[in-house]
This record gives sequence, C-alpha cells and structure tokens, in this order.
Amino acid sequence: MEKDKIKRFFLGSKEREGFLKQFVVYALLICIGFIYLYPILYMLSSSLMTLDDLLDSSVNWIPSSFNFNNYAQAGASMDFWKSLFLSIIVAGAPTLLNVVSCSIVGYGLARFEFPGKKVIMGIIIFSFILPSQVTMIPTYVLYSNLGILSTLWAFLLPSLLAQGINSSIFILIFYQFFKQVPKVLIEAAQIDGAGYFKSFVRISLPSAAPAILTVFLFSFVWYWNESYLTRMYVSGVMTQSGWTTLVVQLQKFAANYNSYAQTAASGAVTLNESISMAGTMLSILPVLLLYFVLQRYFVESIDRVGITGE
Amino acid sequence: MKKEDRQAKKQKVRIKPGRLARREAVTGLVFVSPWILGAAIFLVYTMGSSFWYALNNIRITPLGRLFSFVGVGNFTQILLVDTDFTPQLVSYITSTVLSVPIIVVFALIIAMLLNGNIKMKGFFRLIFFLPVIVVSGPVMGMLTEQGAATISTIDTQAIGSAIGSFLPTGIADAITDLFSSMITVLWYSGVQILIFLSALQKIDGAMYEAAQMDGGSGWECFWKITLPTIKPMILLNVVYTIVFISGNEQNSIITLIQDSMFSGTKEKGYGYASAMAWLYSLVVVLIVAVFAALLMARKDVYERQVRKAKRERKKEARLVKKIERRGIRNARKIEKARTKRKYSTYDGSGDY
Repeated sequence: MEKDKIKRFFLGSKEREGFLKQFVVYALLICIGFIYLYPILYMLSSSLMTLDDLLDSSVNWIPSSFNFNNYAQAGASMDFWKSLFLSIIVAGAPTLLNVVSCSIVGYGLARFEFPGKKVIMGIIIFSFILPSQVTMIPTYVLYSNLGILSTLWAFLLPSLLAQGINSSIFILIFYQFFKQVPKVLIEAAQIDGAGYFKSFVRISLPSAAPAILTVFLFSFVWYWNESYLTRMYVSGVMTQSGWTTLVVQLQKFAANYNSYAQTAASGAVTLNESISMAGTMLSILPVLLLYFVLQRYFVESIDRVGITGE
Repeated sequence: MKKEDRQAKKQKVRIKPGRLARREAVTGLVFVSPWILGAAIFLVYTMGSSFWYALNNIRITPLGRLFSFVGVGNFTQILLVDTDFTPQLVSYITSTVLSVPIIVVFALIIAMLLNGNIKMKGFFRLIFFLPVIVVSGPVMGMLTEQGAATISTIDTQAIGSAIGSFLPTGIADAITDLFSSMITVLWYSGVQILIFLSALQKIDGAMYEAAQMDGGSGWECFWKITLPTIKPMILLNVVYTIVFISGNEQNSIITLIQDSMFSGTKEKGYGYASAMAWLYSLVVVLIVAVFAALLMARKDVYERQVRKAKRERKKEARLVKKIERRGIRNARKIEKARTKRKYSTYDGSGDY
C-alpha cells in the first residue's frame, strides 16, 4: 500500500503529474532561465566591481564593495542624460507615426475589398523577408538628395508611409486585429451617418487598443535597439549630426571613453571591463525599466493580438 | 438548353460591381495609399536603382556621383577577387542553416514546458522574453567582447574535439562555434517562444482527451496532434528567425556592405556595395525559400487523402461527361439517319 503511494507520488497517475516529471520540468526551466539571465547578471555584477575585484580571481559574482563610480564615469563619457533624451525622441517619434500609418493601412486591408489586395499582401510579406541592405544605398542617396540625411526626417518619412523598421509586421498585426472587429458594428455606425473615416476613428480604433499598445511597444523597442540604420541615416557615419542614441553611443564606447578620460581632469581611470559593462547596462536600462513596468502588456499582447497570422 | 447554359455562364462572369462596392474599393485604396506610395518610393524605386547601381562603378567627385557602366564587373569582382565576402557568406549560410532549426526546436521545447501546468508561469515568460527587449547589435557586441555570451563552465573545446572525431572539419567547426555562442542562439528565440505558446494555447484540449481515451501516449499526441496543428507556426518562426539573423548587426556581412559603401578605394563604393547587397539578399531569400519548401512539402495523411479523393472525383466527372457526349453524339447520329431515310428503317418507336 505504502509502496504504491510512493510510486504514485513519483510517477504520477492519470489525474495529476508525478513528482519526477514536475521536477524535470522545473529543473529544465530554471536551468534555461539561468542561461537566459546569465549575460545580464554577469553584466550587473561586473559593472559594480572595482578594478581590484576584476583582477582578483577569488571574487566571482558578488563584488567586495559596490562601486557605483563606474556608472558615473560611463554615464559622463556617454553624455547620458542628453543621449537618453535624444534616444527617446529618435525611437518615439517614428513609433507614433508608425502606429498611425500602419493602423490606417491595416484597416484598409482588413475592411475593404479591392482589386490587387492579394498582391499587396504578398508584397508586404516579401518586403519583410527582403534584407534592408538592398534598398539601403539608394535610400541613402535619396535622403541626401532631399537634404534630410542626418536629420530625424530620415526616420519619420518612411514610417509616415508605413515603410519604417518592421512596418510589415505592424501592418499585419493591425490587419489581423481589424478583421476581428465585427463588420456589423461598422455598418451600424454608417447607417447612423458616419463616413468611412469617421467609423474608423470612432469605432474601430478605440477597440484596437491592445493592438496599438503592442505595435507601440515593439516599434519603440526595435527603433531603440536599431543601431545600424540609426547610424546610417540619422546620426551619420562620416559626419556627426546632433542626433545620437544611447545604443549608438555604446557602439563607439571605447573611443568616446578614451577621449573623455583624456579631457576629464577628475582622475578618470583607463577603460576597463567594469566601465564597459556599466555603459552597456546604462544603454539598456531604460528599455529594461519600460519592460518591467509594462511586461504584462508585452507578453500578453502577442496572445491577444495574434501576431501569429493564421 | 445549351444556349441557356451559355448565357448563364456569361452572366456569371460579368457581374458588375455595384456602386457601393466600387465606392468601398476606392475607399480601401485611399486607406492603403500611404503604403502604396511608400512601397513605390522605398521598395520599387530603391530596388530598381540599387540594381542599376550594382551594374555601375560609382565614384563620388566634387561634381557629384560619377557613374560608369561595368555590367557584371562588380559581381565578378566580389565573387572572384574579394577575399572577405565569399568566406563570410559561406560562414553565414552554414551558421544560419545550423542555428535556425536549433532556435526553432528550442523555442518549441520551452513553449511546451511553459504551456504545461506550472507555477510562476508569468515569471518564466518574463525571463524568456527579456532578450527581445535588450538584444541589439552594440549590446551583443559588448557582451561577446567581454565573454559574457559564453558560459565559461561549459567546456566547448571538449565538445568540439568530440564532434570533430566523426564529422568533417567544416561542419564540426560550425557546430563548435554554435556551442560557444549558445547564449546568443538562445537569446534569439524570445519572440518565437511567444508565438509557439499562443499557438499551443489555442489547440483544443478535447483533442488530447479523445486521443488519451483511445490509448494515445503523450509522445504520440505530440507527433499526431501538436505538431500538425502548429505546423504553420513553425514556418512562420523559421522565416522570422532567418530574417532576424540576417538583419542583425552581429552579422558581419552587413557591416562589410556598409564598410565597402563608404570605402574610398577606386573599385569599391556605392556600386560595389549594391552588388554585394544584391548577392546577400538573393542568398537570404533563397534560404527562406528552401526552408519554406521543406516545411510545406510534407502534406499530412489527411490532406493527401483529400487530394486523392478530389482527383478521383474529377476523373469520374470526366468519364461521365465523356459518356454523356458520346450519348449526345449517338443520338444526333440516329436523328440524322432517321431524317435521311425517314420511312426506310424501323427504329422501334412504333410509327412508320
């Protein structure tokens, strides 16, 4: 009897899972979770170390004293507050336009029937697969001809025309979502005298709040993390415009820091691993905070909106 | 009868859209027009001129851009002379082809673990989605540079030598690289996990119950219910992964393209970089196409049977039509014969 009970406890029965299986599942999850977190934990711990701790092989994870000076120096060399402000603008402004343009286009595709719709959907998917490198050089030339290279307009213009970073995905998200809005609702509004545009703004758009949030968050994060195109179009490769972002600053961290260390009078130490890690931490900290505050929406949004495109 | 038939056919083809439908179509086009304009500028125009650039050698002079037509010169230069591009392209292909299945399978496993009945589901989802938020070129560069992207306790050297003993060196090297950048690979599977998770949650639980009642084990349920149901999601994730890997700044080829774009040497420049970008995009699209073909090729049993039945039905219909036609022909023949020699033969109808 007792033996049976133990057996059931470990291997489980029809009704509930056994301890053994649950143990394996949790062990796997925790192991993989640790691997996922490892770089961030490593970054956090080594960014707080002093130079002595770095060199001391007995100090592995927890520094002997929390050295926030690393953050101060990294932040000063990156010009943290100004870069943060500019990053928010560089990521935020195209994101807003992206939400506007992609919602309009997605609505047009979901609600109306017109010839060539299938072709347009095909091109949207194709433009998602096509690497941006193909169109990059003529776009660069185009911007320089228009005189908007190294200004924020180089990001605003494409997102205004629903061609920003990953705009295809956002159009599809809105398309998916507006398909679920019952057509009857819109027809009722039209019987009551609303035009096409009004029924979009007053009926469909308010019900699409989850989709808007999803698109906003993802677009913001993707623009925030984009360094290649930002450097190319907005902050400039050869010449420096006034625009910069934290991620772009991080890319040039070593050079920036060295020039900072030379000019700074207040005994800046030479670049070491801790300072690099502090700089990296600083550049991801804002989105990390955003994520922790809004994580519910981030994670659940894909469920609700159905990015899955069935 | 025949005439009517033809008329009905004609009517079916020529349904004129009503005024409302036409107005809806126009409004739809108005709504989509920003995208159409954008695609015309940022897709069609840029692709066209990029192709034109690729066929030219472009030099930037104080007077402007100087084009000189070289035909496929840029391409031959890249493929035959350039010492960086081809090896990097090959290593990109091998690493993509190897890591895409790993990322997708891994994402599926995690999604299935998370889909089970576990505590702190939200917490684990939070962790697995974290990389999507922080992963960017410079951050990954910094982390790999400082060695945070490999777990030092895993002895990659031992794994490498173990694999190298029974595989050719090229593949073994690629696998060893994969192990040493395991975290990078895992970090790329955040969105994929969520896509799989939401697909898994949509599977009807009753199906599993029915299967269990018929004595299906969990293993069988996975292969016969879970996998076929989420098959479209697998394709979606594969495509997403490939696109993500190829656009990521960790990818050395896109840096190479940028470098040659701004390089001051005589043979490089915009044209050269465009040709490179075209070759690269061709490879990316090809990889996507190959994976898509592989995943779509295997129809499951049900679909195969449906197709077979459809084929047979068509065959039958053809046969019926054939017989019908023959009948009509014969009837006509008999009719003709009858009118010709009206009173000469007895056709069995009773009237002479």
